[in-house]
Amino acid sequence: MSTIAKSINSGVSAGGRLERVLRSGRFAVTAELDAPDSADPADVYKNALVLAEVCDAINATDGAGANCHMSSMGCCALLTRAGYEPILQVGCRDRNRIAIQADLLGAAAMGVKNVLCLTGDDVTAGDQPEAKRVFDLDSIQLLHVARMMRDQGVFLSGRKITTPPPLFLGAAENPFAPPYDWRPPRLAKKVAAGAQFIQTQYCFDIPLFERFMRGVRDLGLHEKVYLLVGVGPLRSAKAAEFMRTRVPGVWIPDGLVDRMAKTPKHQQAEEGKRICIEIIQQVRAIEGVHGVHVMAYRQEESVAEIIHRAGLFPRRARAALNGAPSDQALAPDRS
Amino acid sequence: MQANTQMPEAHRAPGSEWLKNHPKFLEVAYVISKRLIVWSYPLMRRLNPRVAERALVRSEELVKGYVFNCQMCGQCILHSTGMTCPMTCPKNLRNCPCGGVRANVHCEVIPELPCVWVQAWERSRHMLIYADQINVVQPPVNRALQNSSAWANMVKGLDVKTPRGWELAASVECRAQSAATVLE
Repeated sequence: MSTIAKSINSGVSAGGRLERVLRSGRFAVTAELDAPDSADPADVYKNALVLAEVCDAINATDGAGANCHMSSMGCCALLTRAGYEPILQVGCRDRNRIAIQADLLGAAAMGVKNVLCLTGDDVTAGDQPEAKRVFDLDSIQLLHVARMMRDQGVFLSGRKITTPPPLFLGAAENPFAPPYDWRPPRLAKKVAAGAQFIQTQYCFDIPLFERFMRGVRDLGLHEKVYLLVGVGPLRSAKAAEFMRTRVPGVWIPDGLVDRMAKTPKHQQAEEGKRICIEIIQQVRAIEGVHGVHVMAYRQEESVAEIIHRAGLFPRRARAALNGAPSDQALAPDRS
Repeated sequence: MQANTQMPEAHRAPGSEWLKNHPKFLEVAYVISKRLIVWSYPLMRRLNPRVAERALVRSEELVKGYVFNCQMCGQCILHSTGMTCPMTCPKNLRNCPCGGVRANVHCEVIPELPCVWVQAWERSRHMLIYADQINVVQPPVNRALQNSSAWANMVKGLDVKTPRGWELAASVECRAQSAATVLE
């Protein structure tokens, strides 16, 4: 077994729910929270409530699609305050290395246990393409820096951190973007830089994903990193067309778009959910897949239904998880 | 999509495509020029340090600017990136492509530009000496070296100097890896 596998399995990094679920070998579910365009905390809690019931951790996006929304830090502050388990998404587009290191400390102090290190969509993808892009670090350097802060307890300059941030480190992968044969070695590079879990881009193409997973298994990465496959329901044929032409990095095969287009309009949402459930069931059977990451943009209410119908319930068998007391102490009050 | 004024250089993309598509030749040229510079730079400095520095910067702008569309980051890693300049990537990525590469292998940011990193990967597959260097994790860019001579920085060892924290983490990683190989 390699060093990375040992370091992943040797000790608990942060001890959050997501980490414990993955380490215990159970199938994990995470979901993406749409950061609101508002300053009202109720808007965050409204979305979080429906997701928290059914998933192990909630991703707080960091200016997704280069559009301005409530910050990832803001969402995480609200979520940790209420006892939810967020995944802080950190992109390199908007902040330089000084701000990012500061944010990691702040997040850990608030009780954030998971961080997803991203490059970030370019400013041209969003509604303010005039903005200056930063990209001081890239996602791999960001992972390395976060691990350095946690394990060596120093800033990039070498200055000591009195209490290092205990963080479970994640990274993103897009198996559906070229160069396809470099995607598994690229994942290896991310694992070498410190990635412990991976959340992928939307998966709509099973053959392409299987090809990627073969590469992953050939490199032995399925034993070194927890892989969560990105899935999501298509709302309509129009939405599918929009996503594949306008959202960076999303690949939807023609067959799927046709299937949506052939469905009568009022049944398209239902068909989208059905496709999503089929994909969850298919990826679940692939060796090396440890969970799913549900991204249901503006349809949070459908996440519970999808997870239920995909046969991933019950989600909260606490007895199966060691270290339950701290979990119960942190879990939000659901009564 | 509106024209990208923040990266005009990438639009012009002069560079010699023919040369870049023969990375084997370029890596040999790299090895030779590296020796040449390591040998001649101290002499040039002894004659006149300021002129030596300026002469190097100018010739790099000319030669590497023409061949690679060099962005003068001052810490050249061309041999690790398939002899393709990673700083011409609009996101300045030093390690790998982003997740936004289009299905036609063009750039997410500038749709008419072929992805720099896809080219880097394909060219690196044809290299003989440095093919596997593309899998090495590259440290953050030292922005203080922008517009200085990468050749001079190479001789002085400035281009591979990393921040102390990075160095510490990398050395721990190195020790762990060598220990693991011993155990295996």
